[in-house]
This record gives sequence, structure tokens and C-alpha cells, in this order.
Amino acid sequence: MKRRDFLKATAGGATAALCGIGTAEARENKEPLENAIGILYDATLCVGCKACVRACKEINGLPPSIMGEDVQYDAARDVSGDTYNVIKVYKNGTSEQKDREVDGFSFAKKSCMHCVDPACVSACPVTALDKNPQTGIVQYNPDTCIGCRNCMVACPYNIPQYEYNDPRGQIQKCQFCNQAGVERISQGLLPGCAEVCPTGATLFGTRRELLEEAKRRLAAKPGEAYTYARGRASDGLHTHDKEAPEYRQHVYGERELGGTQVMHIAGVPLQKLGLPELPERSYASIAEGVQHTLYKGMIAPAIALAGLAFVVKRNTSKADQDDPQSKNSRRPEPNNDRGEP
Amino acid sequence: MSEHKPVEGRILTLPFMFLGVLGVIGLYFLGVRFADGLGAVANINSGYPWGVWVVYDVVIGTALACGGYALAFVIYVFNKGQYHPLIRPAILASLFGYALGGFGAFFDMGRYWQFYNILMPSNWNFNSVMLEVGLCVMAYILVLVIEFAPALLERMGATGALRWLNKVLFLIIALGLLLPTMHQSSLGSLLIIMGAKVHPLWQSLQLQPLLALLTALTMGFSIVIFEASFSAIGFKRRSETPLLASLGKVIIGLLAVYLVVRLAELVLRGKLGLAFAGDLAGNMFLLEMALFIFPLWVLLSPARRNSGRLLLFAAVSLLFAGALYRFNAFLIGYNPGPGYSYFPSVPELMVTVGIVAIEIMAYLVFVKKLPVLHSAEHA
Repeated sequence: MKRRDFLKATAGGATAALCGIGTAEARENKEPLENAIGILYDATLCVGCKACVRACKEINGLPPSIMGEDVQYDAARDVSGDTYNVIKVYKNGTSEQKDREVDGFSFAKKSCMHCVDPACVSACPVTALDKNPQTGIVQYNPDTCIGCRNCMVACPYNIPQYEYNDPRGQIQKCQFCNQAGVERISQGLLPGCAEVCPTGATLFGTRRELLEEAKRRLAAKPGEAYTYARGRASDGLHTHDKEAPEYRQHVYGERELGGTQVMHIAGVPLQKLGLPELPERSYASIAEGVQHTLYKGMIAPAIALAGLAFVVKRNTSKADQDDPQSKNSRRPEPNNDRGEP
Repeated sequence: MSEHKPVEGRILTLPFMFLGVLGVIGLYFLGVRFADGLGAVANINSGYPWGVWVVYDVVIGTALACGGYALAFVIYVFNKGQYHPLIRPAILASLFGYALGGFGAFFDMGRYWQFYNILMPSNWNFNSVMLEVGLCVMAYILVLVIEFAPALLERMGATGALRWLNKVLFLIIALGLLLPTMHQSSLGSLLIIMGAKVHPLWQSLQLQPLLALLTALTMGFSIVIFEASFSAIGFKRRSETPLLASLGKVIIGLLAVYLVVRLAELVLRGKLGLAFAGDLAGNMFLLEMALFIFPLWVLLSPARRNSGRLLLFAAVSLLFAGALYRFNAFLIGYNPGPGYSYFPSVPELMVTVGIVAIEIMAYLVFVKKLPVLHSAEHA
């Protein structure tokens, strides 16, 4: 190749590639389902009793996590193969006041966010994870899972957990207490965590009503009485009144990567509670856009294969004709003078 | 007569037996993994589900095994027959590299006894990059077996089968060009969905497949240079430097496109400053870039390129560059958030070392028993 041709080819290739940045066929973020269910976790209501952690374990048949000698409490520090839901604490300085960023503290919940456009579902090669078309629950089927753990690396919240210490381990995650054998949502019951929460910090409802409720709370004047529901957002009977705290003006999960069905509000910045700062565009939509641009209907690979087969055939067939007895007809240049016996 | 001949010599040499010991240690820990679970051997955890077994054995291992792919491109698409002496050893090395990748993916699978589920069309999720990688790598291993079959058939004297195979070989070769293009780019696309967990210096989103493919090709050509140079020394064979030097010219083009795209992405998205942040990620990026640029400096001058030693250094540098690019993107620049850390355990590393040792042993047996290396004089 001549130097000038080479430079031209380089520049051309690079330009074409860079133009591709914005133009790859992309799909939009997925939209929330009509009847998507959800949870609103209000950190300002949470008293850190961990009743939700215990109920979750009991309902889902998970063993308690014991740390050290103290066996009185479930000491789970994070989600794991044994823990779907955990309450954590944020502390700063003297930790004097609840729900304050500086010299304060706050509780935080970590469990599956049931994303509107879940990365784990997009990444799973064998559809072992899927999104229920009615409820939007991200469900898991251990019978098809191959254990590649692509869901784990894809999840922005590190939720799916593989059982590393079991030779026959599987992925474990919150399935909204509605997996086969539990089916609380299908029976009209609450998920365990929302049922036992004494303050309504973990509140069940449809995503739509929870989002409205979250925005109402954020709009409430700090110090004024506010009526909080317990269990179900639509429950008008089991309520309690409390002074509204000073909320951060951020419903985490309204827009993050296309939104989530489990949403969080708090008095401290949500990033302090283990929730990463994320853009609105879902990575699943970008990855699928790239993948479907290249492989739509397998048309491009088929054309490439046909072209390659033609070129290879042309470059190898001459050898066949010249030397039909050759055991090495893959050699494309029959008349080279090297090593011909 | 075939131009390829088995190498003379004993199989049970001292280095071979040393490799055997490493292989046995690796297999022992692999046994522990199957008996007691992944956690008993590997340090992978909730935050770092993919450790060296995925990143080295599969992602880097298959890129290092791109020699057959890269060379086939030059020979069969650009019709450069003079490189033909190099193809058979390259195909063999590719076969072992991909077999290691496939085996690595298998023993890393948390539910390996259900791996057949990825072959069932009813389970396929066409949105999944992993599906494309899995199916495509499996198909390519089959293609490599068929591409290598002539060496075996020659040895067996199966002329009938050889003649038949040669009739359809063009289609197999075409598949051998298409499939690595697909899955080597997809191995890069795996990073897209990891989103913000991948450091911005390596999260190029839509450009992931292109950057992965370009570096896989540079690694493929480099491994051909590396293997040919070492075969020349190790088996006391005639040096193929002039042939390899012209291969170096192909690398220049690939490397130039790679560097322009890579740096332009960083500049256009305003991320280049992160390279000079002085933190681990920034410094690893600079090291990676140096490993990419040094070979370019060597290859651009005909004098340097034609020195066997410098050419080998350039190839080795490129192998490290491509490997580090992958380590950086998948592990060092992968951050699941506070509270998680990962460093491979000794048993975990020994599994990888052992499997690589077995791979090299198999390669040595094959070149000594089968007509793989090119025997004729050529200049």
C-alpha cells in the first residue's frame, strides 16, 4: 500500500467510525408499564428496625446472616445469596440529627429496583431474567440460567447475587415476593417488607400512585403536618400524622436509566445512600441499539459471509485448477517458487 | 507433497514436564471449584462477578488466539500467498487459545450443567450481547477444528477426505473470517451495558465493538510474529523475519485507525483530562497508550521493522497493550461502587496458569507429531 493511500484509508476509516457514534440505530428507553407495581422507600420515615429484612428472609426462606458471636440479630450488611433486602445507615461527623447530611445520619434501603428498562434482562443470554408484562417485576428462572453472571456486571445497583459457596449455586434477588411458591402479589397481599414496615417507610403501590405520592411529599412544607399511609399507598385507614421533614428535591428512580419501580426519597443526597448518579438514557437501549444495528435479521452478517466466500473462493480456486492433486490447495498462489517439491 | 512437516525431537523435555506440574496444580484447584463452588477457589464477589477467569481466559485469551483470523484475512482476502507458511501454526494456536476460552467460560459458569440452554433457540434473548458471544465462539471453535483438519488428514493419509474437504474449505475459511469479526467486536460490546461502572476512559459505548475488533486484529498479527520468532529460536528453524516485517506494515494501518478513533472519542466527549488525573485509572491509561505507541514507532521505520529483535519487541508490546486495554476496561477501570474490591487469589491464578500450561503442552505435542510448521526453504 502506498503511503498516501494508507493515510487516506486511515482518515476515512476513522471518520466513518466517529460518525457512527451518534447514528447507530437506537431504540428509546422502555416506558413504564401501565399497571407497574412498585415501592416507595422514604428514608425520613425509616427507623432502622430491620423488620423488613427479617420478614423478607422468613417469606423467601432465606437463612439469617450471622456475624461473629452475636446471634440475636440478622447481621446482613449487604444483599447476598442469603439476603434480598437490607437496611444500611449513612453517618456523618457527630451523627446528631436524623436526615441531615452534615453531622447527621440517615437510613437507606438496598434491594432490587425493578428497573423500567432493566440491564440484567437485556444482558441475559438465555432469558433466565425477564420482566413480567403485567406487574413489571424482574423475575428469575433458575432452570434456564447458565450462571454467566452477566446480569451482575450489568446491574447498576449490584443486585443479582450468585451463591458462590454452593457448587450448585444460583442467582438470588428480590422478586417482589411473587415467585412461584410465594406469589403474594398475585394473591393480593403486600410484599413482606411493606407489610411489616411500622412507619410506612417502605410503601407498596402502583408506580404511578407512588410517584405522585413522592412528589406530594417533596412539595410539603417542612414542619407542617403530613398524613403518611402505612403498607399500601392507597390505604386511607392505616395512617399516621407527622411533621414533614426537609426533603431533597429528587425522586430517585423517576428518571435514572429510564426509571425504576422501587423509588427512594430522603433528607440527605441520594448518592450518600448508595444510589449511584446515573443518566436518563438506559445503557440497555444503547447496547441493544448497537447489537440490532449490526445483526438485524442477520442480514449484514449474511452479506458479509457471501462476500467473503466469493473472495476466498476466487483466491483459492486457481490453485485447485493448476494442481488438482495438491493436498494443499488452500495455498492461493500456485506459482510461487518457494518449497514446491 | 505437503510443505508442512512435524518438528523432530522428543516430547518429554524438561520444560514440558515443568508445564505438566503447573497443569496438575491447575487441575487440582479446578477440582476444588467443581466440588465446593466458585467461592472456594476464586475471589470473585458480589461487586466483581467477573475475575481473571473471564477477563484473561475468555476475553484476552481469545484475542491472543486471533492469529489464525488475522492471517487468514491477509492471505485469503488480500490474496497475499507468501504468508501461507505461517497459517497452519497460527490456526493451531488459535484452536488452542479458543479451546481455552471456551473451557474457561465453561468452568466459570455458575450453572455449567445447564450450559446447553444457550443452544436452545427457545431461550435466546436477541438483545443480549452475551448470546452472540457464546454462540459465535462455539461455532468458531468448530470452524477452527475443520480448518486444522487437513494436518490431521495428511498424517493419516486420508486423501479422499482431504480432497472432499478442500472443495468446501472456502466456505469454512469465509466463516473463519466472519465469526471472529462478530464475536471479537461483541466482546467489546459487553462493556456497553456495564455503563457507568466502567471508567469513562474505557467506556466508549457505541465504539466498543470497533475498538475491540481493531485491537484483536493487532493482537492477532502480533501473536503470529511472536510465535514465528519463538519457533525459529526454540526449534532452531530458519528465521522468517522479512515475512514478519511486512506483516508489521499491516499493523501500522490498524494501529493508526485505533489510536485516532480512541483519542478522538476521548477528546470529543471531553474525557481526555482524566488521563492526567494522576490516579490509578489515569496512569494505567497512559501505560496502555505507551504500549500501543511504542510499536508504532518501531514499525514506521523500515530499518527498525526489519530488525528481528525490535520487531519482536513491538509485537510483545502490542500483545501487552491489547491485554492491558481489556484488563483496564473489564477489571481495573471497572468500579461497582464503594465497599467492593477484587484481587485474584493464588488458587484462582493457578487455574489460569495451569490451563495455559496445558495449552502450550498440547501445542508442542501437535507440532512434533503433525505436519504443522512449514518445512521448506523460503526467503
